[in-house]
Order: sequence, then C-alpha cells, then structure tokens
Amino acid sequence: MKRSRQKTKLKKQISSNWQLYVLMLPAVTYTLLFCYKPMYGILIAFQNFSVRKGIWGSEWVGFDNFMRLFNSYWFPIILKNTFTLSVLGLIIGFPVPIILALMLNELRNGKYRTFVQTVSYLPHFISTVVMCGIITMFLSPSNGVINQIIALLGGEKVYFMQVPEWFKWIYELSGIWQGAGWSSIIYFAALSSVDSALLEAADIDGASRMQKIWYINLPEIIPTIVVMFVLRCGQILSVGYEKVYLLQNDMNLIGSEIISTYVYKVGLEQSDFAFSTAVGLFNTVVNCVILCTANALSKKITKTGLF
Amino acid sequence: MQSVRKILKGSSFFQLIVNTLIFVFLLIELYPIIYVVSCSFSDPDAVNAGKVLLMPIGFTLEGYKRVFEYRDIWVGYGNTIFYTVVGTIINLLVTLPCAYALSRKNVAGSKFVMIFFMVTMYIGGGLIPGYLNVKSFGLLNTRAVMVILGALSVYNMIVARTFFSGSIPYEITEAAKIDGCDEFSTFLKIVMPLSKAIVGVMVLYYGIGHWNSYFSAMIYLDDREKFPLQIFLREILLQSKMLQDTVADPSASVEEIMYLEQLARSADLIKYCVIIVSTLPMMIIYPNLQKYFEKGVMVGSVKG
Repeated sequence: MKRSRQKTKLKKQISSNWQLYVLMLPAVTYTLLFCYKPMYGILIAFQNFSVRKGIWGSEWVGFDNFMRLFNSYWFPIILKNTFTLSVLGLIIGFPVPIILALMLNELRNGKYRTFVQTVSYLPHFISTVVMCGIITMFLSPSNGVINQIIALLGGEKVYFMQVPEWFKWIYELSGIWQGAGWSSIIYFAALSSVDSALLEAADIDGASRMQKIWYINLPEIIPTIVVMFVLRCGQILSVGYEKVYLLQNDMNLIGSEIISTYVYKVGLEQSDFAFSTAVGLFNTVVNCVILCTANALSKKITKTGLF
Repeated sequence: MQSVRKILKGSSFFQLIVNTLIFVFLLIELYPIIYVVSCSFSDPDAVNAGKVLLMPIGFTLEGYKRVFEYRDIWVGYGNTIFYTVVGTIINLLVTLPCAYALSRKNVAGSKFVMIFFMVTMYIGGGLIPGYLNVKSFGLLNTRAVMVILGALSVYNMIVARTFFSGSIPYEITEAAKIDGCDEFSTFLKIVMPLSKAIVGVMVLYYGIGHWNSYFSAMIYLDDREKFPLQIFLREILLQSKMLQDTVADPSASVEEIMYLEQLARSADLIKYCVIIVSTLPMMIIYPNLQKYFEKGVMVGSVKG
C-alpha cells in the first residue's frame, strides 16, 4: 500500500515538474555526448587500436599498453616531474594566498586594501600563452630583467629555460605571481565573516595582533583551508598541462615532461592512440585514489571533507 | 625619537611589517605588467640591449603600427571574438536553465542528476578518446568545435545553482505558478530578471575561458583562417624563443641562427604590442566587473 502511494506521489512529482526536466536537457545531452561517450573510448587502452578497424574490430591486448608504460624510459621521469610540480605547488603555492589574505585583513586603510586586491587579481586574466611569453622574456639570458639583476650583482648569467632543475621553480613561482591574489579571495571572504565578538574579547584579554591571527583568525578559516586542500589534492596529477607544454623545450624536457604533456605527444604527435589513452587512464586512476585518500584523511582529522 | 619608539612598540611595529610586506607584494605584482607596457612603447634596440627597466626608452609607436598591418592578428582577433561571443551564449543557454532546475525543491532525481554531472569533474575519457569522439561527430577543423566543447562547466553550474537556491525565494516562483506561469515563463520572466548578478559572473567566467583558450584550437584546428588569436600570439612569442634555443645549441649552424635572428627581429618589434593588444579587452572589462567576480567566487565557496 505505502509503496504504491509513494510511487503515485513520485509520478505526480515527475509529471508536474516535467518542464524542469526539459530545462536540464541541454546540459544532460552535452554531458552524455561529450563527457560520457568518450569514456567508452577508454577501452582502446586495452587494445592494439587501429582507427581503421574501430573499437570493436581492434585486437585486445589486455594490460600490454600499461606494461609498456611502466617499462618505458620516460615513465619514472614523467611520474617524478608530475609529483614534484604538484607537491611543490602544494607546499609553497598553497600557503601563499592564505598568508596574503591574513595580511590584507590587517590593513586598516580600506581604499588601499581594495587597490592592492584589484592589482593582485590582474595577472589572473592573462592568458597562459602570454604568461609563458612574459616568463621567457624575463628570464632571457641576453636581455632578461632577472639576468640583468644577476649581472649587476656580479653573478654569472643563468640559462633558466635551458636547465631542467630550474623548471619547477619557474613554474611554481610564476604560478604564485599569477594566482595568489585570485586564490586569496576565498580566504579573505572567510576572514571577513569571523565573529567580531571573538576579536573584541581577545582585545580585552590583552592579546597582541599576532596572537589574534594565530588563535582566532586562522582557526576560524581552517574549514575553508581544508576544503581547498582536499580539492587541490584531487588534482595532484592533473598539473596545468597548457603552461607546462608552452614552457617546454628540448633542453629542459628532463625536468619538464609530465604525464599530460606526454599523453599529448605520444597520442597526437606520434599517433599512438592506444598507448596514450593508457597513460591518461593511469593518470585518472591515480588521481581518484589520491582524492579519496585525502578526503578520508581530512574527515578523520578535521571532521570536514568534500564527500 | 619618541615617535620611532612608538612605531617600534607593539602593534605599530606589526603594522609596519604588514605594510612593508604588502608593498613589496604590490611591486612584484605590478612590475612585470608595467615592464611589458613600457617595452611595447620602446625602441626594440633599447629593449634588446636591456636598457628598458621601468619607463619606455626611445618612445615609438612603430610596434603598434606593425601590429595593425599584421593580417594574422586581425584574423585571430575576429575568430576569437566570434568564439567568445557564440561560445558564451551557448554556455549560458546550457548552464543557467539546468542550474535553475536543479536548485528547485521537490524535483525527483535531482540528487542523481547532480552526481551524474559531478562524476565528470574527476573522471573523463582523456585526450585521445575525446579527440576520437569529436572526430566521430565530424567536428574536426570546424568552428563549431570551438564553441561546443566545454559548453558546460560543472563548477560554474554549481555556482549558479547555489545562487538560485539562495537568492530566489521559493515563494516567488510558487506565486508565479499560482498566477498561471509555467516553469518556462517563470524562469524567463521572473527568475532571470532577478539574476543579473549571476549572469554577469557566468559571462565573465566563461568569456575569459574562451578568450584565453589555446589548447583545443591547437588540437582540433588545422586551418589558419580559423585560428584564434592565442595561436598567432604563440607563433610570434615563440620566434625569439626558438632563436634562444638554437643559439644555446652548439650544433646549430650559423645560417640557421641568422635566419632565425631575422624572424625574431620582426617578432621582437611587435611581441610586446601584441601582448597588450590581446590582453587589453580583458583588462578593461575586468575592474568594472570586479564585484561580480568576487561574488562568484564567494557564492561558489558556500557549497562545493
């Protein structure tokens, strides 16, 4: 009885809301055609795929493509570089916006603060192509500003773009330059909702400004920090490939080739579709594992998580 | 003497440190931008000799003049405007109705639909299956692929949904229904006029993405007439980089270097100007709409 009543209720709900489902239709269709349909193409990772024969005509080879990846010369290099770039980003890139937001919050002059914020968002709007162009200009050994400063201080010219060891620093520091202001918005918003009664109480107790930051402001924005951190962990292997690709050259490849740029080169430049798909799939799987681990850890430690 | 002591004492000293750090940060953020602007107005020889450090040296508009004569840039500009405008309209038509529908209460299965969307944030086919998929629709090397791909950003959809469920009270849409509006006209006539802020956020988020996008054009387009601005920009910026690489490479021949030098020289003249010309529209639009941006980021942060 109860179940049938529920069923009729559900039917009634669906029929009275059918127009809402129509509103969802374009997005659902797009997602099916361009996000879910390609997922079945993942099958080619387990094939000796040929475009002519198609997915159902190609020969199945099991995990051969993956074995080839694990045994390849580039595998340890791209894995190491991908991890280095994202972990380094987590260690030095992640805290900067938080510190910036905490400092901005201490500025007493509202107009000045708005100005600083406006300027700090500007680089976010620069395209990756232009960003990489500017980086190359600044680091140029012949006329780049950085090398001129080095020369002024009596140092030797540094060929930043040609030395693999420099790559990660170039990538991370320019990333901070471009993104710190923008990423600080979310923390700044969280800070502005800190209960002022807490701060006043601390004033009465004679807390210094540093103590107020450390014992009130920072703990208050911890939930935001945790969510952002978990999100960031979920993308640990999806380093922004556009920027890496555009900053690469033959000389720094040992320090700059990452999984996603490798996928591109093997797949579209060398047309080894199956192998490239296998590399991409490997990337996705590792990503999901890291995301779930980070989420579980954060749930255990801080009681907040993404899902 | 007393004032110095005062500054050094307690919170004033703290304020001094904060102010100094913020000021240094401000300089670091601003300097590269000022530098590029100055270089674009400077004599390229002075730039190459590394004389330009802050202000333009040997003021000239020659670079900009060359940019205006450079056909590729205008082809790219036209294409980019087309992709940005049409692409953003498609984005809005796909994102907003769906976000609205998902923000309403009592819609059976909306949780399932949300999961259906959110899965794609973390799991995808990857580059090659995506490429084969586009190919299977016959969209390779068409303008359509540039405006259809990325029609829905799940993140943006969630931002819009959060806005709708927070800012459009249930009572308003209920009242509209009692007055005889169906869902479509409620959405178009009641909800949309109340949602200018979120439309602004979406236009900007998506618009910037289209304007700056580079990779999908590189993958899916072959025809120079269809290239967006960023591709041509890359070509111009790359020329001097190729020269540097070749000079650093001990096996490069003198002729090779000379040829590249010549290409790089003409690129040198215009590269700073094209950076300005291509970035200017964004830089002009953005401060005027800054409040929307901030709002968007905050709305999105309420519910992940």
